[in-house]
Amino acid sequence: MKKETLSTLSRKYLMALTGLFLCFFLVIHLAGNFQLFLPEAQARESFNGYSKLLSGNIFIKAVSYILYASIIIHSVDALVITVFNRKKAGKYEYDKRGAASKWYSRNMGVLGTVILIFLVFHFKDFWYQYKFGTLPLDAAGNKDLYEIVIRAYGDIWYVLFYVLAMFALGYHLLHGFYSAARTIGVYHPRYVAFIRVFGTWYSYIITFGFAAIPLYIYFTHY
Amino acid sequence: MKIFLKIWRQKDAKSNGKLVDYEMDNVIPHMSFLEMMDTLNEKLVVSGEHPVEFDHDCREGICGQCGMMINGRAHGPLKNTTTCQLHMRSFKDGDTIYVEPFRAEGFPIKRDLKVDRSAFDRIIGAGGFVSVNTGQAPEANSIPITHEIAESAFDSAACIGCGACVATCKNSSAALFTSAKISHLAKLPQGQQEAHKRALTMVAQMDAEDFGHCSNTEACEVECPQGISVLNIARMNWEFLKGNILK
Ligand code: HEM
Ligand code: FES
Repeated sequence: MKKETLSTLSRKYLMALTGLFLCFFLVIHLAGNFQLFLPEAQARESFNGYSKLLSGNIFIKAVSYILYASIIIHSVDALVITVFNRKKAGKYEYDKRGAASKWYSRNMGVLGTVILIFLVFHFKDFWYQYKFGTLPLDAAGNKDLYEIVIRAYGDIWYVLFYVLAMFALGYHLLHGFYSAARTIGVYHPRYVAFIRVFGTWYSYIITFGFAAIPLYIYFTHY
Repeated sequence: MKIFLKIWRQKDAKSNGKLVDYEMDNVIPHMSFLEMMDTLNEKLVVSGEHPVEFDHDCREGICGQCGMMINGRAHGPLKNTTTCQLHMRSFKDGDTIYVEPFRAEGFPIKRDLKVDRSAFDRIIGAGGFVSVNTGQAPEANSIPITHEIAESAFDSAACIGCGACVATCKNSSAALFTSAKISHLAKLPQGQQEAHKRALTMVAQMDAEDFGHCSNTEACEVECPQGISVLNIARMNWEFLKGNILK
């Protein structure tokens, strides 16, 4: 019975707020990525121009620091919460408790870890390349991130890994979005019902939206 | 009916327990689960063995004393049912039934299936009341309250404190229990005055009692004999947030 510095609820608020910020970020990220579905020449110009615009904008820079902080806080808090819960949990010889809840709601830590592993590759292959790598230039003189994206998704294994990670993200969101609303205290049945439907659609759109991009590129370019 | 039992036997809080096999012949389908346990205990006493200790009191589903993990589910296979309201007709001839105590860091085992749930009492003690001198009971109709609010407060108040929510939670979180008390009082005019303070002190006590975080898996609502809604947890989170901002 030792006194913790943060209450269990406060730790969950942190989780929910960082999680919701990441949810918001994903919408912007996906909207930007949809440019990749344009016809090739147009997509290259538009996508590279957009990347240039974002990287030069001071406001976006500020938001990007919130983003890095959110990923770190969310992951560290996730680890603290998961380890803490493991310690408190009762263990049964014969356990059928799983029948009472959804598998993904019980495995947020596992799903989150898959997302984290994915993020390491994702940052290395695109974010790091764009910021610190030497990239070819396109006709407009912008760094040709489009080319990097197309090359990356030529490898079927990379495409599959990406799609798998998006499904992990999808299940994470299917529970996470709804759970975050609960954590911050949305208790009126009418809004709760709305959030359940909204969260489900949100999760589907994010999952299939992101997963479609590498598949589209693989099947149209290779 | 013939029933094979695997029951958790543990001498005291400190010793290691294990599952012990028992066989019951002549189990009548109309028996309640606890009557079946009583029959087993009669047999054990005759043979000179220590009976299986378990908690129970009213045996009509209202006191919240009984509670066992039966075949890996809190209070057994039925929905919204206490162990005492479970009957042997829910099982088949020749079934093997695993019986374990409710397990959680916050619920130490005292003996066999008997667990110490006094953590719940301490959570209530930390603010689950209205601190005014009540004196004479006031005229019930003198406090204006709508039917809907009265009903909703009653739904929260229906918690019998059995601990199935903790037992079934993968994190052994006491969020459903604590939140039912917090919302019950926060909804009523008598309790509203202290709603924020109460949320802070009761949550602090819940944390001090070795329970885990709520992950919103919602298993607790599914297993709760009273079907206490998980929306109480949202209400607790809200009152706690307000309490922290306004304190
Ligand atoms: C784009 C990435 C991510 C998004 C949008 C996201 C979103 C969310 C949201 C909204 C929640 C619900 C918070 C709550 O229950 O109140 C959540 C919970 C959780 N997240 Fe994430 N998350 C992401 C990445 C990660 C990563 C990388 C990890 C792990 C390293 C992780 C681990 C967890 C865990 C363990 C929970 C459950 C916490 C609990 O038990 O209550 N998440 N996430
Ligand atoms: S013995 Fe009272 S609820 Fe089961």
